[in-house]
Amino acid sequence: MIRFNQVSKRYPGGYEALKNVSFNIAEGEMVFLTGHSGAGKSTLLKLIAAIEHPNSGSVLVNNQNVSVLKEAALPYLRRNLGLVFQDHKLLFDRSVFDNVLLPLQICGFDPRESSKRVRAALDKVGLLKREKLNPIALSGGEQQRLCIARAIVNRPAILLADEPTGNLDADYSREIMEIFRSFHQVGATLLISTHDQSVLEDEGVRRITLKSGALV
Amino acid sequence: MTGKFGHQRFLIQSALRRIFASPLGGILNILVIGIALSLPAGVYTLLKNAQTLAEQLPGKPEISLYLTTKSNDQTIESIRTRLAQHPEIAGSLFISRDDALKKMQQDSSLGDVIEALDRNPLPDAFVVTPRVDSAAVLKKLRDELAQWDGIALAQLDSDWAYKLEALIALGRMLALILGTLLSLALIAVTFNTIRLQILTQREEIEVARLIGATNAFIRQPFLFFGAIQGLLGGIATLLILAAGIRLSNVPLADVALLYASDFRLQALGWGDSLSLLLFSLYLGWLGAWLSVSRHLSRIRPQ
Repeated sequence: MIRFNQVSKRYPGGYEALKNVSFNIAEGEMVFLTGHSGAGKSTLLKLIAAIEHPNSGSVLVNNQNVSVLKEAALPYLRRNLGLVFQDHKLLFDRSVFDNVLLPLQICGFDPRESSKRVRAALDKVGLLKREKLNPIALSGGEQQRLCIARAIVNRPAILLADEPTGNLDADYSREIMEIFRSFHQVGATLLISTHDQSVLEDEGVRRITLKSGALV
Repeated sequence: MTGKFGHQRFLIQSALRRIFASPLGGILNILVIGIALSLPAGVYTLLKNAQTLAEQLPGKPEISLYLTTKSNDQTIESIRTRLAQHPEIAGSLFISRDDALKKMQQDSSLGDVIEALDRNPLPDAFVVTPRVDSAAVLKKLRDELAQWDGIALAQLDSDWAYKLEALIALGRMLALILGTLLSLALIAVTFNTIRLQILTQREEIEVARLIGATNAFIRQPFLFFGAIQGLLGGIATLLILAAGIRLSNVPLADVALLYASDFRLQALGWGDSLSLLLFSLYLGWLGAWLSVSRHLSRIRPQ
């Protein structure tokens, strides 16, 4: 589902974020991406979503080489990806409900069908009763769950999460990992970057570890 | 289909919300557009009214032919025949120098002065009514008649009508120039507001890009914003014009009374008003489109 072939990424100025990275993630797999901050985890996720492009090597998502995709094709790649950000990237000019609605509006969904889906996603993350609030009124953990609801409302095949439990205490982290696991159980492919030890204690989940931009 | 209309209603609502996000700023923007457009639209309205006024005036053009003082019955008779046979002339009226002098003595305060003259200084004259009324043909006709034997002077009497026509043409050109310049101003105003909108919504644009929004989807709300702002500006223009006409008609009624006329300024008709609204909507859309094309591509997700 996600394949890296000898991928290197150098930022302008010469900083080498990824060095000759190769791996493969099968469909329906759940994988942790670990390593110290600055090890290249975020860069790796950005390459999958084609936010950044590699200097050499190829990144394949669903057998499609995303590093050579045309600008106009990027939106359709991203609709197959659910993105969860450490800083949530929520919009504070609209309600909780409308934040989750945005991906469906982008895809041109029927409004009535959309409402059902938005409520289902909010229910899954336990925010159904807060749909009318502005996200600014939510706690950090709730904002992160809202970000997850927005990422899954479109039922993407792949979910990418960048430090989803980064600023949260252990209880919140556990809740969020449970949401991910339930999404994994319905067949989605998940790649979760984290350096949160309480999360990594979870045995039976494959790990990809980066150190200074190279696989360990 | 309901999905599409639902989304458009959403776009219109959110455009209105954003225009009036800061009510004073929104109203000022609309006022700027309204004032900018009301100048050329006002000139256009005045021209339309001037044209109606010109049409109402009795304005059959006439040519006065003054004969040389040496003219005798024979020349008068030959001119009369030539006029009767001329294909471009509908009719003519002969006024003898004696009749003219009598009429002048009766009509004017110059009676005493004329009494004092030892001979009649006035020439014989024909008043000619042409069949045509286009300025160029009339001028040619006048020049032709002036060449005839026994005629000292041929004068086109409705010169003023053509002067008015020329003035209206000048006014039209002015309206066109003003209209072009201020349309550019409207585009510039929209261009700038949209630029600011894009900056304030930078975050939203980034997020939308990350979630898979196409450029068309991101562009849409800004185009709606520009178009609706333009439309509201057009409505402001119509209100400004209506108020201007109402205010002007009060003193105008007094002026018209002096000329025994009931002339009043008329507002633009439905067709013209609708055109104005569509035009301002289009200009707003165009300004937004230019701004979005220029500024949107610079925003990339980090």
